[in-house]
Amino acid sequence: MKLGLISISVLLCFSMISCSDDLDDNATGYTPTPAPIEVPQVFLDRILPPVIPEDNPQTVEGVALGKKLFYDPILSADNTLACAGCHSPQNAFTDPRQFSVGIDGISGTRNSMPLFNLAFNYNEKFFWDGRASSLEDQALQPVTDPIEMHNTWANAVSELQEDALYPELFERAFGTQTISKELTTKAIAQFVRTLISANSKFDQYLMGEATLTPSEENGLAIFMDEGRGDCFHCHGNPNNPLWVDNTFHNNGLDETITDRGLGGFTGDPRDFGLFKSGSLRNLAYTAPYMHDGRFETLDEVIDHYSEGLVYSETIDPLMKKVADGGVGLSAQDKADLKAFLLSLSDPSFINNPDFLPEN
Amino acid sequence: MKKITFLVAMALAIVSCKSDDEWGTPQAEDVSVAFQFTQNWDGTEITNSDFESTVYTNERGEVLTLSKLVYLISDITFTAADGTVYDAGDYNLIDVRNGTGLTFTPNIEIPEGTYDVSLTYGFDDEDNTDGIYLDLNSSDGSWSVPAMLGGGYHFMRMEGFYTNEASEITAFQFHNIRAAQPGTDPLVTTDTSIPVDLGQITIEQGTTIEVKMNASEWFKNPNVWNLNELYQVLMPNYVAQIMMNANGQTVFSKGAVTVEN
Repeated sequence: MKLGLISISVLLCFSMISCSDDLDDNATGYTPTPAPIEVPQVFLDRILPPVIPEDNPQTVEGVALGKKLFYDPILSADNTLACAGCHSPQNAFTDPRQFSVGIDGISGTRNSMPLFNLAFNYNEKFFWDGRASSLEDQALQPVTDPIEMHNTWANAVSELQEDALYPELFERAFGTQTISKELTTKAIAQFVRTLISANSKFDQYLMGEATLTPSEENGLAIFMDEGRGDCFHCHGNPNNPLWVDNTFHNNGLDETITDRGLGGFTGDPRDFGLFKSGSLRNLAYTAPYMHDGRFETLDEVIDHYSEGLVYSETIDPLMKKVADGGVGLSAQDKADLKAFLLSLSDPSFINNPDFLPEN
Repeated sequence: MKKITFLVAMALAIVSCKSDDEWGTPQAEDVSVAFQFTQNWDGTEITNSDFESTVYTNERGEVLTLSKLVYLISDITFTAADGTVYDAGDYNLIDVRNGTGLTFTPNIEIPEGTYDVSLTYGFDDEDNTDGIYLDLNSSDGSWSVPAMLGGGYHFMRMEGFYTNEASEITAFQFHNIRAAQPGTDPLVTTDTSIPVDLGQITIEQGTTIEVKMNASEWFKNPNVWNLNELYQVLMPNYVAQIMMNANGQTVFSKGAVTVEN
């Protein structure tokens, strides 16, 4: 037995010596440049690291390709609509229209979701109804959605393959010129994971670099007060500056549920009318609000939780005092809550040149 | 060159190792212990399908359904007969409806033997430090408690609907935290975590200990809970938190102890 182990070890020694010249990266395959996400300190101190799939690490070349794809209408059937067509950087990557309009002029039925801090969606359920289980999965769907890009992936991949630039960009990103929908969505997901917003006034306050006005301070107190706003149970708190729980709720919008939301995906009647919470970051740029964009202003949103709640079977127990329409905030409390909420907006995010299209 | 040196060293190390049969009788190795958390309502198991479905009646006769049941345990401790204490110092968040945290193995291995096994429901004051657990900050929106209530973390969020005395279906949020009196300066707080003694348990390789929660006990003993009065905004209600602590003393118990070979 001992002799056998020695023999194996010696054999291994010889085999390593004989092939050591072949083991440099250049000889064994191309490796793109790693570009790990730089987690802002305000997140680093408080929440878990971002979710990065093992089979899709962030790379300089992958992110660059993803960004080009994001702004390129080539993925749509008639080459008129890019991802950015419904996810505008000036609007924190959502659409200022209630419903986005696809290439055939048909409107959707839900408001476009903003795109930021999605690498920190630990539940990994995307879309208002949670039907995508990763950012890669999410990026697959708009291309073939008949009321969005209305394309086929075969056609989209074919166009990319025939393009003068893309095969080379895919080779740089993934080491192959053979383009596939999987690699395309991996690149887009890499870019989307870089869309991090963590420099609002409130972030600066958390880092000791800014002070809140009395109105913003009172707004925070209302937000955190279970007897008044009680916003924190769904929308986080200073210990979770994502300002979203990334889970699903019926927040008392309708007595009769017409859009089943999460329930339309799971089939579970208990999920009917549940939609993913939205982050409260960047509300200054993300109107209109709610899954169907029904509220044009932040005031309308606050009024909804204060006086506008209605009961339906799957309403979340956190929607208090439904019989009274809501928690009944005073006019001053509403104004202060709004001031606090706006302190969560991050102008540096919507102006970040790393996220904007190349000239 | 380094590779050669490494492999030769490995070869020598392997040669110098003794095979198992040269050690004589194998020594008992330390073992890990698994915990299984189960929930019931007076003996009837609570599973995912019961949420928003099964109607329960509490001690006062109020009918209710559950929408959410998430709770925290910490400090699973094994105390040997000679007084030696083994404590991984970790914690576990159990989400009954979503089925997460129902099994948990503390990050510690202990010698086989008989121990007094205990745990803490919630965090005691020593562990209940605001903001320090990044995974809890990131869970369920945030498992944190507002700073105005002393910070720290929730112990439990039990939510649902009951029918009130006006026959209205009404939401309740039975949230348990460290008791605090808002507005006091300095803030008056009381540690409302609950030590749970599971008694003497023989630990061997493959042992799993069931910890049972009887959710109905939260409404029963010694305080017959009146949901019509105590149904919402209980976090800043110091008296309600003390009552929860009293009722929680009989909520947890040891279930089956099994050994998987």
